[in-house]
Amino acid sequence: MNIAKLFTPREGQLALPLAIFLHLFYVIPLAVLLASSFQQAAGVPGFSLGQYGEFFRDPVNLKVLRDTIFLGVQVTLACLILGYPVAYVFANAPGKWKGILTFLILLPLLTSAVVRTFGWVVILGKQGLVNTFLQNLGLIGEPIKLLFTHHGVAIAMTQIQLPLMILPIVASLSQVDPRLAAASASLGGGAWRTFWKIVFPLTLPGVISGCLLVFAITVSSFVTPSIIGGGQVMYMPTLIYQQAVVLLNGPFAAAVSAILLAVVLAVVIGLSTLGQKSRAYIR
Amino acid sequence: MSSAASMNTSTHAPARSASSSATQLDQLSFNWVIGGIATFSLLMLTLPTLIVLIASFSSAQTLRFPPPGFSLQWYLALFNYPELWSAAVTSFQVAFWATLLCVVLGVCASLAMAGSRARWVAAMDALVMSPLALPGIAVGLGMLTFFSMIGWRLSVVTLVISHVVICIPYVVRTTLASLTQLGNSLREASTVLGAGPIYTFFHVTLPLIKQGVITGAFMAFLSSFDNITVSLFLSDSRTEVLPIRMWSMIENDLDVRAAAISGLLILSTALLMIFMERVSGLSKFLVKS
Repeated sequence: MNIAKLFTPREGQLALPLAIFLHLFYVIPLAVLLASSFQQAAGVPGFSLGQYGEFFRDPVNLKVLRDTIFLGVQVTLACLILGYPVAYVFANAPGKWKGILTFLILLPLLTSAVVRTFGWVVILGKQGLVNTFLQNLGLIGEPIKLLFTHHGVAIAMTQIQLPLMILPIVASLSQVDPRLAAASASLGGGAWRTFWKIVFPLTLPGVISGCLLVFAITVSSFVTPSIIGGGQVMYMPTLIYQQAVVLLNGPFAAAVSAILLAVVLAVVIGLSTLGQKSRAYIR
Repeated sequence: MSSAASMNTSTHAPARSASSSATQLDQLSFNWVIGGIATFSLLMLTLPTLIVLIASFSSAQTLRFPPPGFSLQWYLALFNYPELWSAAVTSFQVAFWATLLCVVLGVCASLAMAGSRARWVAAMDALVMSPLALPGIAVGLGMLTFFSMIGWRLSVVTLVISHVVICIPYVVRTTLASLTQLGNSLREASTVLGAGPIYTFFHVTLPLIKQGVITGAFMAFLSSFDNITVSLFLSDSRTEVLPIRMWSMIENDLDVRAAAISGLLILSTALLMIFMERVSGLSKFLVKS
C-alpha cells in the first residue's frame, strides 16, 4: 500500500532519489570546491582570500581570464552570424531538404568533440588542407602558423558550437506565424525590412538561449583549446587542469574554478533574464 | 545551394505581383546573403568530419592533407593497440551504467515534476539542467576533492557517479517534453478504470513516452562516451576512458592512429543516428523542442 502511494505521480516523492543524488554528488562537491578555494594552502584550515589575491595580482592570470571571455564573445558572435542563416534556410526548407539538413546539423553535434578537434588539426596543421591549398596557389611560400594560435582555437570552437546555436533558433523560427511576414510584404515591406523588423525580433528568445549555451560551453571547454592551443595559448579550463593535475596546487585551481563559475553564472543569469523579458515582449 | 536561396522566395512571392525592380533587388540580395552564409556554414559544419574520414584512409606516415594515396594501414594498426581497446571497453561500461542510472532516476523525477505545479519543480528543474551550462571542469575538480575528502578511492563507480550528474539533463529534458505533450487525461482515465499507479505507469504512460526516454538515453550515452572534462579528474590509469586516450594520442605526438579510431567513431555515430531516427524520431526532440 505504501509502495503504491509512493508511485502516485502527483506526489513529489518520486523526484526525491534524483534530488538526493544531485545534492550528494553535485551540490556538495561544488560547495567543497568553493570552500577549498579559501584555503591558504592545501590542507591548512582557516579562511583566507590569498588564492584570489594571487590570481588577480598576476598579469599572466588576468590575461588568461581576458582571453577566455574574449574567446567566448568571439565564438558566440561568429556562431550567431553563421548559424542564424542556416536556421532560417532550415525553417523555410521543403520537407525533403529538411531530412538532409537535419543530418548535416546533427551529425557534428553528436560526433565526439575530440574527433571534431582532430579534424581541425588536419585542416590547420603545417601539412594541412589550408596550407597545402595556399601553397599550391602560390600565395604563400612557407606554411603559415594556424595551430597553436588564438584564431585557430576560435575557428575550431565556432564550428564545434555551431549546432548549439542553430537548434534553439530553429525552434523559435518555427513558432513565428508565416502570415506576419506575408502581411509585411503585402504592405510593401522589403525582404530586409521584414526580416529585421518582424522575423528577427520574434526569434530573440531562441537567439538568446543559443548565445547562452554557446558562451557557457565555449568558456568551459577543455579539449579544443588544449589541442589547438597546444599549451601556447592558455584559457581558464586549461589553467585549472594545469594547476590541479600538473602542479598539484589544489586551492589555487579551486579559486580559478570559482572565478570561471562566477563568470558563467553571471552571463547565464543575465542572458536568461533578458530571454524572459524578450518572451514577455512577444506575448 | 542556390536552391536553398530560392526556397525563401516562395514564401514571400504571392504578394509580389506589382513589385518594382527595387523590391526585387531587395529580395534577391536577401536571398543571396542568407543563402550564401548558410551554404558556407553548412560546408564548415561538415568539412572536419569529412576530412578526418578521408585522412584516416591515408597511405602516408604523417597527417598531410590531401593524402598522397589510400590504404587501410591505420585501421589495421588499431588491432595491435591493446590500451586503446581497454579504454574503449571502460568507456562502454561507464556509459552503459551511467545511462541506466540516468534513466531510472530521471524518469522517476520527470513523473513527479510533470504531475506537479508546486514551486519546488522550478528549483528542481534548474538544479537538474545546470550541469549543461556550468563548467564541467569545475564539477570534475569538485568531485575529485569531495571523493578524496570522504576517502573514496577513484574507481569505475566514482566515474559512473560523475557521469550521471553530467548526463541527467538530457534524459529529464526529453522525458519531461514527452510527458507534457501527453497530458494527464490518459493516466486519470486509467486510474478511474481501477488500475493501480504501477500498472498505469508500465501499461499506459511508459509506452507513450517511450520515444522521449529512448532519445534522452541515447543523448546521455553519447555525452558520457564523449566526456572529457569530468573524466580528466576522475579516471586514472586503471580506468582510462577512450576520449582521454585519444586526447593524449593527439596532444602528445599526433599519433596517426587517432585518425583511424576517429573514422570508426564517425561512421558508428552516423549509423547510430540513422538507426535512432527510425526508432525514436531523434530529430523531433533535438530540432523542435
